[in-house]
Amino acid sequence: MKWGFPESVSTYGGDIDAMYAIILYVTGAMFLVVEATLIYFIIRYRRREGGKADYVHGHLRTEIIWTLVPFVLVAMLAVTSAGTWLDLKHPSRFPAAGLDLKVRAKQFEWNVTYPGADGRLGTGDDFVKRNQLHLPTGVPVRLTLSAEDVIHSFFLPEFRVKQDAVPGMETSVWFEATKPGTYVLGCAELCGLGHYKMRGTVTVHTPQEFQRWQQEQGAS
Amino acid sequence: MSTMAIPQAAAAVHLHDDRPFIRRYIFSTDHKIIGIQFLFMSLLFLLVGGLLAMMMRWQLAWPADAQHPLPGGSLLPETMVAQGIMLPEFYNSLMTMHGTILVFFAIMPLLVGVFANYLIPLQCGAPDMAFPRLNMLSFWTAVPAGVLMVAGFFVQGGHAAAGWTAYAPLSAVPEYSGVSTGQVLWTVSLIILGFSSLMGAVNYISTVINMRAPGMTWFRLPLPVWALFITSVLILLAMPVLAGALILLLFDQVLGTSFYLPQANGEPLLWQHLFWFFGHPEVYILILPAFGFVSEILANGARKPIFGYHAMVLAIVAIAFLGWIVWGHHMFQSGMNPMLGNTFMFSTMVIAVPTAIKVFNWLGTLWRGSIQFQVPMLNAIAFVAMFVIGGLSGVFLASTPVDIFYHDTYFVVAHIHYVLFGGSLFGIFAAITYWFPKMFGRMMSERLGKIHFFLTFLFFNLAFFPMHNLGNAGMMRRIYDYRQYAHLADLQPLNEFISLSAFALGVTQLLFAFNFLWSLFRGKKAEQNPWRANSLEWSAPSPPPHGNFAVTPIVYRGPYEYSSPESAEDYLPQDQPPAEQPVPAPDLVPASS
Ligand code: HEM
Ligand SMILES: [Cu+2]
Ligand SMILES: [Cu+2]
Repeated sequence: MKWGFPESVSTYGGDIDAMYAIILYVTGAMFLVVEATLIYFIIRYRRREGGKADYVHGHLRTEIIWTLVPFVLVAMLAVTSAGTWLDLKHPSRFPAAGLDLKVRAKQFEWNVTYPGADGRLGTGDDFVKRNQLHLPTGVPVRLTLSAEDVIHSFFLPEFRVKQDAVPGMETSVWFEATKPGTYVLGCAELCGLGHYKMRGTVTVHTPQEFQRWQQEQGAS
Repeated sequence: MSTMAIPQAAAAVHLHDDRPFIRRYIFSTDHKIIGIQFLFMSLLFLLVGGLLAMMMRWQLAWPADAQHPLPGGSLLPETMVAQGIMLPEFYNSLMTMHGTILVFFAIMPLLVGVFANYLIPLQCGAPDMAFPRLNMLSFWTAVPAGVLMVAGFFVQGGHAAAGWTAYAPLSAVPEYSGVSTGQVLWTVSLIILGFSSLMGAVNYISTVINMRAPGMTWFRLPLPVWALFITSVLILLAMPVLAGALILLLFDQVLGTSFYLPQANGEPLLWQHLFWFFGHPEVYILILPAFGFVSEILANGARKPIFGYHAMVLAIVAIAFLGWIVWGHHMFQSGMNPMLGNTFMFSTMVIAVPTAIKVFNWLGTLWRGSIQFQVPMLNAIAFVAMFVIGGLSGVFLASTPVDIFYHDTYFVVAHIHYVLFGGSLFGIFAAITYWFPKMFGRMMSERLGKIHFFLTFLFFNLAFFPMHNLGNAGMMRRIYDYRQYAHLADLQPLNEFISLSAFALGVTQLLFAFNFLWSLFRGKKAEQNPWRANSLEWSAPSPPPHGNFAVTPIVYRGPYEYSSPESAEDYLPQDQPPAEQPVPAPDLVPASS
């Protein structure tokens, strides 16, 4: 049985994994303390012949402490999470895109529009690939997502990317791949009958390879 | 359904009662009978919802595998199961109806329909609800809602298949989901059920405010009453939002409007905002009553006052307030403004605090207690142990960046089940076994109850804990065949293990069903106060007659005076006059006939 996430292959995957680890430590410690105390109490204070329970109604100072401690902990988790989140999801903080792609989702496929040789979207040499996401390493890729029919969710587990594609609006997301290879593109939002097979392949090339691939596609 | 209760109740009512049969048990206005009617109805739905889950788990263990044909699949039409293989359309309906039925027709009525009805008047010292007829109407409105919901399985095109959250546009347009009539029935049924819940809520709120016995101040109310009261306020405010959202959805489905469709400037995310504005308070509706029951039972089992009664009440109130401003945590990845996402992260993180306070106070209650381990107590302790896991997994989901990975994966499924099964359902098992003697005048079998408890605890964890691992591996929820994905292909053995544990968990529940039905007729006769508890229901006969108390009880103290030095016993009922006061004349003592 595997425990962790799949290996991260994006530049910010590590930030998410680190946040996960921090929460795991904090909640793990909470878990151990609470469950150990619970087990200790039910053994230690089980009913015994002639024993009587203490007549105690509570304790104000204790209440204050165990209100403040969790408050400080979760507030810290929220503060540490907040910056990472904006870096990943807020368009005003996106790095300058090295590659701009459009992804149009529909039941049950992902159509990716690539810029042709001129490197710009919206010009005559754009080309579209179905269920195939190609990109180079070392370049921030910016994706603009939209959907034709229902809501789909663009999910790249190895890159720690997830963003819904919603009909009637555009959403955007960015990431930068670190390692060439083939990876998974999945749909995470129930989108109908074929939801379970709405998958694609992500191919990460080296920059040179990607350039060659892009030219080949543009030419044909 | 209600007919099953007759032999017991008939034997039990020993006050002279000349209401005709049908007024007494079918169209009864007695809050206890209505509570019991809800009990039979929702246990039936619990069974149905569980069966749907078993079928889903079969598919997930051996996805579309001819070597493992679905048992009984040949009994189902070709539109559901063909050659022993479940079709994706049927899988989507099963998944949708499993969630819908268990949330709306099992857990919610078990917690509220059953126990708000049964307990509020008894624990407040009232003869009945404030509006008994409205109460009857509430049950008889829930019944047609249930019938419509089940009917969906038999209509052309199959049952609703857009998930229990019914995200538009999928739920709004038949061409997208492949389902038309089923989805409409789903919508209409829930609108009707909403009215049933509203009538109940109005009643519970009025009863708690107006019908408390003399001396029953707010801070002498047992915690189940507090929890049910606050829950009712949540229902009163949340259900209209759901009804509004559903009515717009119904218009989109049948009248050709486009509230949720982008084609004519509608807004798909509007559904999510409305649904979760209702939905998050709803998840607290599904847990607060269990908080109340567990508090009651832990104090009783530890023979010790509840630790921090006021803190417990305040925590419930705080959760109820915060519950309204966290709904966006279901929409972090929806395209909602990321700044807003962070705001919702903060409120969601903060709601973990009152939740933690409750857990610590439960531990405080056990501390230096004298703990007895009867079946209700075992289930209540398991509630604490399991709910903690669900609460902590919520913190991962609350963190916006971590939720990028987890959203819509099995980690969320694990979270839901630790709070709703590990939490709510263990709370319900605790409550049913605890109040069964009062309801039916007989004890449930301790031995069967213990076996059921230990096996449930074991198989629950075996079935649901590994779902965290599935989530970590990136397995999406609501997936008919995960082997389609390279990163999930080798998860089949783990899924098979989960399914086998789930089947064992399901079979274990037959023990509960057997214990319940057997004890109804054959259980040991219950005393008036078998758990030596303090609250008022235990001063009424088991089961209490129509009207509950022969004489209105007078309340002298709070409900958690266990092991008080004032009493030689380790408990001190709320209505027992203090020693220094003159003992009331015998004719004031509740008579049994
Ligand atoms: C410490 C307290 C809790 C926190 C911080 C928390 C947090 C969250 C978050 C952030 C999500 C959304 C995850 C996602 O879809 O990506 C979620 C989902 C959910 N939570 Fe909780 N939760 C808590 C307690 C509870 C309780 C007490 C219940 C119910 C008894 C509950 C029931 C649910 C359900 C049913 C869902 C899934 C809804 C769906 O089907 O999409 N949670 N929780
Ligand atoms: Cu999908
Ligand atoms: Cu929520």
